[in-house]
Amino acid sequence: MQSNFFRKLIFDEKSRNLLVQALVIGFFALFIYIIVQQTSYNLEKRGISTGFDFLGMNAGYDISISLIPFTSDDTHLRAYFVGLLNTLMIAVCGCFLATILGFIVGIIRLSSNWLFRNIAYVYVEFTRNVPVLLQIILYYSILLHLPKIKQAIPLFDTFYISNRGLFSPSPILKDGFSIVVWGFFIAIVFTFFLKKYLKKKQEKSGKQYPIFLINSAIIIFTPIILYYIMGRPLEFDFPVLKGFNFKGGMVVRPEFIGMLLGLSIYTAAFISETVRSGIISVSKGQKEASQALGLKSNLVMRLIIIPQALRVIIPPLTSQYLNLTKNSSLGIAIGYADLVHGFGGISLNQTGRAIEIISMVMLTYLTISLIISLFMNLYNKSVQFKGNA
Amino acid sequence: MSTTLTSNFIHNKYYKWIVKNLFSSWVNSILTIIALIFVYEVGSFFLNWAIFEADFRTNFQGEVITDRILCSKNIVPGEYGACWAIIYVRWDQFMYGFYPIEEIWRVNFVYALLPLAIVGILFDKIPYRRFFIYFTFIYPFIAYFMLYGGPGISVVGTNKWGGLLVTLFLGVTGIALAFPLSIILALGRRSKMPIIKTMCVVFIEFIRGVPLITLLFTANVMLPLFLPDGVNPDNLLRALVAVTLFQSAYMAEAIRGGLQAIPRGQLEAAQSLGLGYWQTTRKIILPQALKIAIPPIVNTCIGLFKDTSLVLIIGLFDLLGIGRAALSDMTWTKLYYEVYVFISLVFFIFCFGMSRYSLYLEKKLKTDNS
Repeated sequence: MQSNFFRKLIFDEKSRNLLVQALVIGFFALFIYIIVQQTSYNLEKRGISTGFDFLGMNAGYDISISLIPFTSDDTHLRAYFVGLLNTLMIAVCGCFLATILGFIVGIIRLSSNWLFRNIAYVYVEFTRNVPVLLQIILYYSILLHLPKIKQAIPLFDTFYISNRGLFSPSPILKDGFSIVVWGFFIAIVFTFFLKKYLKKKQEKSGKQYPIFLINSAIIIFTPIILYYIMGRPLEFDFPVLKGFNFKGGMVVRPEFIGMLLGLSIYTAAFISETVRSGIISVSKGQKEASQALGLKSNLVMRLIIIPQALRVIIPPLTSQYLNLTKNSSLGIAIGYADLVHGFGGISLNQTGRAIEIISMVMLTYLTISLIISLFMNLYNKSVQFKGNA
Repeated sequence: MSTTLTSNFIHNKYYKWIVKNLFSSWVNSILTIIALIFVYEVGSFFLNWAIFEADFRTNFQGEVITDRILCSKNIVPGEYGACWAIIYVRWDQFMYGFYPIEEIWRVNFVYALLPLAIVGILFDKIPYRRFFIYFTFIYPFIAYFMLYGGPGISVVGTNKWGGLLVTLFLGVTGIALAFPLSIILALGRRSKMPIIKTMCVVFIEFIRGVPLITLLFTANVMLPLFLPDGVNPDNLLRALVAVTLFQSAYMAEAIRGGLQAIPRGQLEAAQSLGLGYWQTTRKIILPQALKIAIPPIVNTCIGLFKDTSLVLIIGLFDLLGIGRAALSDMTWTKLYYEVYVFISLVFFIFCFGMSRYSLYLEKKLKTDNS
């Protein structure tokens, strides 16, 4: 009887699977238990306190780059948000720049001009086979060895390039500028409806309208006209060299520029490859058929090739965005105050709460990754073939 | 006479190629000319800097360069090219880190055996492949004994390791250790047992969702907290743990892709022959899946090899770390172009080699199967 039970436990697939899983869970629980015991013992022995109360304590350090006001009297929690915003800022700017550069390089890689094509190829091979950290450090070193502030290179007498960053005029908003901004957004919404209306009209009459031209004219000129109607509510504060530093204007720090260059140049190489393979994946017949219908080459690209190529491009593009966001954590190597450098580095050293801080940082990155994949999946669904499995 | 000459010229294949690829239209011709100027400018600038005007071991006065002051660049500012002497002077550090000079032959020995250990895995048509594969399995023990030391030879602690040695050690060992782990993870992710499947999915997605640097921090700061007294792995070993876990998650996804590509009929046929799960997996599914998965696996390996440079952030001296250390030396600061270009070139050679190998495999697989 008993042997029959054991026999069933081992030779019947269902019960054996249950047994295996129970064992795995048991070992896993034991493993976790031992680690927790050991950790609390170690923590106690070394006199490290735990808990999240440190978040309310004074951070006591300054952060050079922050989007929200931050002084050394602020709390660690605020330092966390400063770091998070810096991470998001570099990720968004990097993704934007990398996408543009990647698409340009990807299209050049398919050019009929042999020399052009191969310059792009050399760029791709050299950037994607060298560690991104090395590239970031290299660009940052170059930026740091630019001329000193006294000998800053002027660009049109408005921008100044120096080893402490790019000094540029900062905008001063006056009353009425919000109307210009609102006008800009209303113009965008308006053009959206206008496009639909003109498309319908085109389908009925067959007459083609220069939709793109009309819409861009509306989007560009509405804010400009409003700007003059409101009496030029925007002024600039120009940086002026006074003594050892620039007064006025704003500065883009070399840490940010270095990160931006490194991340976007590196990721653009990968994006260009996905763009290239996406365009290649559209079968030649599609192009020939649309040419046979009499479409011009830019219309062939815009209406036939690109929409079909996007289906193939979006999934790998998503993972490139994720990679870029994760690589933005390398800011610590050059002192860009992102999540890992500020909160995960300096706060950790000051409070010693390694477990809490590292798990907070990890969870934040996990959340960012999940959000990016969620949005890209939604977008991906909208560009896929309708009715495909 | 002249007509035959021109027609000869027009039908010349080089002429045809040039017209078709460089001057097919007005726009193309202009682009070609711009590109030619660009290539000439960049190329001549780089070659002048890197070779023709560069110092290698001596400056233009013939003095042996031992520090930056003696570089021609410093004697005649802005007139001379690269000063490669920094690489020459620091060569041992770049290659072996702080390994004792009298023991360097041991590292060289391990370096020399490395190709023999890999060649059996990379190419399937070499003679005596079986013996090469046997050697691959013995190699880690030889390498460990030679590098770390043991009976008969002196012990060299891992804190003395550095440069290319650390980069290669982390890269090769990380990949080798991650491989079996990733197979288990990939199989677990496709398992019918819900608990095992969930654990594998959570592990893989967690690792893929966080940056490697946070894993390295975890290993560096938190691993000592998890372990009992007396067990205190050194820095390099901690980094290796993080790198291995990281690589195993990415590799598992590559292998999963291979597993998914196997037609269901293979599994059903194997089962109807009476093979159990492990037999089916080991003899039917895995050999086919791994073969398909090799190109993506190689791609993850390239990624890992580049990512080993991150260990400099937790204070290890890999190739890049040694480069930074060389630049922080007062006698050599400002030679960052030379150092970083050199390190880039080393990484480029390894990564480009791997990506070419992956392309070669893809081509071979295509002809094999169709």
